[in-house]
Amino acid sequence: MRGIGKQFSNFKVLQDVQLEVRSGEVHVLAGENGAGKSTLIKILGGIYTDFDGRIELNGQEVRPKSPLNASELGIAIIHQELSLIGPMSVAENIFLGRLPARGGFVATTELERQAVHWVRQLGLEIDVGQPVEQFPISVQQLIEIAKALSQKAKIIVMDEPTSALNAPEVVILFKLIESLKRQGCGIVYISHKMEEIERIANRITVLRDGRWIGTATAAELPVPKLIQWMVGREMGEQIPRHASRTGKELFRGTNISVFPHGTSKRPAVENISLSVRSGEILGIGGLQGSGASELFLGLFGAYGQAVQGEIFLDGQKVSLASPRQAIRAGMALLTNDRKATGLVLPLSIIANATLAGLPRLTRFGWRRFAVERKAAQGTTTSMRLRAASLEMPVGALSGGNQQKVAIAKWLQVHPKLLLLDEPTRGIDIGAKHEIYQLMNEWTAQGIAIILITSEMPELLMLSDRIVVMHRGRCTAEFSREQATPEKILAAAMGSTSAPDAAGN
Amino acid sequence: MSNPPANQKKSIKACLASPAARAFMALALVLIIGAIFNANGAFFKLGTHRDALRQLSVYGMLACGLTPVIISGGIDLAVGSILALVAVVCATMTIHWGCSGYLAVLACVLVGAGCGGISGFVTSRLSVQPFIATLAMMVFARGLSKYASGGMKVSTAVPGPDGSYHYVDVPHLFRLVDHRIWGGNISVVTLIFGVCVIISWLLMSRHRYGRYLYAIGGNEEASRLSGVPVIQIKTLAYAFSGVCAAIAGICQAAQEQQGDPEAGAGYELIAIAMVVIGGTSLMGGRGGIGLTFLGALTIGYLDKILSINAVPEAGRLVLTGIIIVLAVLTQRRQRT
Repeated sequence: MRGIGKQFSNFKVLQDVQLEVRSGEVHVLAGENGAGKSTLIKILGGIYTDFDGRIELNGQEVRPKSPLNASELGIAIIHQELSLIGPMSVAENIFLGRLPARGGFVATTELERQAVHWVRQLGLEIDVGQPVEQFPISVQQLIEIAKALSQKAKIIVMDEPTSALNAPEVVILFKLIESLKRQGCGIVYISHKMEEIERIANRITVLRDGRWIGTATAAELPVPKLIQWMVGREMGEQIPRHASRTGKELFRGTNISVFPHGTSKRPAVENISLSVRSGEILGIGGLQGSGASELFLGLFGAYGQAVQGEIFLDGQKVSLASPRQAIRAGMALLTNDRKATGLVLPLSIIANATLAGLPRLTRFGWRRFAVERKAAQGTTTSMRLRAASLEMPVGALSGGNQQKVAIAKWLQVHPKLLLLDEPTRGIDIGAKHEIYQLMNEWTAQGIAIILITSEMPELLMLSDRIVVMHRGRCTAEFSREQATPEKILAAAMGSTSAPDAAGN
Repeated sequence: MSNPPANQKKSIKACLASPAARAFMALALVLIIGAIFNANGAFFKLGTHRDALRQLSVYGMLACGLTPVIISGGIDLAVGSILALVAVVCATMTIHWGCSGYLAVLACVLVGAGCGGISGFVTSRLSVQPFIATLAMMVFARGLSKYASGGMKVSTAVPGPDGSYHYVDVPHLFRLVDHRIWGGNISVVTLIFGVCVIISWLLMSRHRYGRYLYAIGGNEEASRLSGVPVIQIKTLAYAFSGVCAAIAGICQAAQEQQGDPEAGAGYELIAIAMVVIGGTSLMGGRGGIGLTFLGALTIGYLDKILSINAVPEAGRLVLTGIIIVLAVLTQRRQRT
């Protein structure tokens, strides 16, 4: 792939990127969240067909027109989100779209015989006639890989294939990758885990902010240097974090474990302890699957009782079994997806801005429109919201203004502790800076903030302290002065001993 | 603005595209059709309107209860059966047991609230799909009403121990409800419907509870994370629907002067049609009681106009079905 470029409306997500995969190698594609890895893979897999540059396969130019076309060309992609159809059998899923047929009917015995062949390669002993949804996620992941194998692909792209696998399954997968290499396949491997990259990479290509940074053999690119390649960008325009007077400890959580899928399953967060003082911003760093969002939801009572550990607010032990109780206790949670979990899009700005604080604005439950309007006006003005009318549905606003409404909702309840999950995701630079300013203002008022952000400059710029999470565990904690992008990224990728002065 | 007339025109257009304006236009269209096909002037008689309003009232009460449920993103299929169960309970208490009207009404409301509350609990707390949960309640309440009545209509012809019948007076409650006031120009049943509209409108538009229902219908997870007690609010919506069905059941029993365990079959669908024709979205989050009121008048008058023009019931049903689809299609086109 050469000179690959892709833009969404006017925003260039990929610029002049190149990737060369040789047969018999594992080529790791590395980069932070949003570096453009997934976009590149989607172009290769025929999902995005509108791009610049050229793709060559064995010296011939190709242009994958659709996922089906890509697999006919010998390109198989194992996406992070599984694309299996739950109620259909394992065998049917593996051969979906190319079921062996006899006279128009599916040749079931033939189908199952072939399916068994492929799942055995992965060390699975399962009944291929069973519906996929009966198997745990790790097995489903392997079934997805079996599907790619059965297409006899020349290029196999694996996007974080181990995120749902346990250790023995990872071993099987790596053995399989070895045998695929011997068969002459080229493998593109995307991972956020340092140890995996060290273990299987032959060559590494690094992307950053949609640009190609470089390609090198694994030997030439030891972990510290790799991390430097990944983060080595100049910081943009900075909004200084006002050194605020941090007060007494406002929140403490000890040994928090969160079980979003029930206590019998693997927890999303394991034994995390953290505290934050009033007026302080505690940043949580981590890559996808770090469990930070689940930690927020758990603290906020969104999983009910599926949270272990002790929570202290203002020195008092509290037990929060629902968001309602958490709000009453003085907490507010800005979720990371405003459309899915933050806002009620068809309702007006007033309705959304007053949703959490409505009990205080009503008298015996009866609504007082003037009071609601005034309250909504107060917070949205302080948020510098720009809207034609407060009666207009939130769905009609721009992303940045939607986010402001989502935040305004929480200012209504006068929280002591703000949990902000990706507060600047998907909004323009102007709105971002306004939100940074507001965070400075809130902490000056004594509000404590815990911030999750996947943007490294944002994390470094805003946080007074930084905790780094990796797969549900805390791997490092830094003061503002100690923190460097290299150390944070190393910890986020699971290395427990952060390299000192990495890359020098 | 440099071009005020165009601007004004646009706002008029926007006004016409609002759900309320469309619901008004649908009603106006039906009334115009009535004025044209006036069956030799029958449409212009006061009695025709009184009867039309009386006949749509029972359905309209069900629609009042259904609207909050539908706005919350749910559906309640059990209202017709709850109506029958309440009619049987009401008739048994007042005719056979000679209970006072107050006591009977109280018991009926409790029965309705109980049935609705159970549907609500099953769907919101136990996470059964509302369609399934209320379908189960629909069958359950129908069975209960047959059980309570022994499968017979509970009427003023009371069977004695020797198998012979004797007649008792029509209970005072029934006389009161099936009465006309203001010189016989308006039925009490219609007034009760009006009270249902006002109460449910206050609840949906002037109370915190209504705002929560809209929020849940628009985005349940966002509402929950904003501290809305989703389970309680949804359960209450079904209970309220049950209460409305109970009031409709009392009116039905009073008008028929009996408790018919077979009453109300299919009423839930007409009530849903009233809600939908008004412009409330079955997807939840959009709509209102005012719209349902207009929708109830539209369907009620449509039926009346067809019947005064001596269109047989079969034809009325076919036409009503076609008109429901057309109404919903126009709403969908104008929303986007």
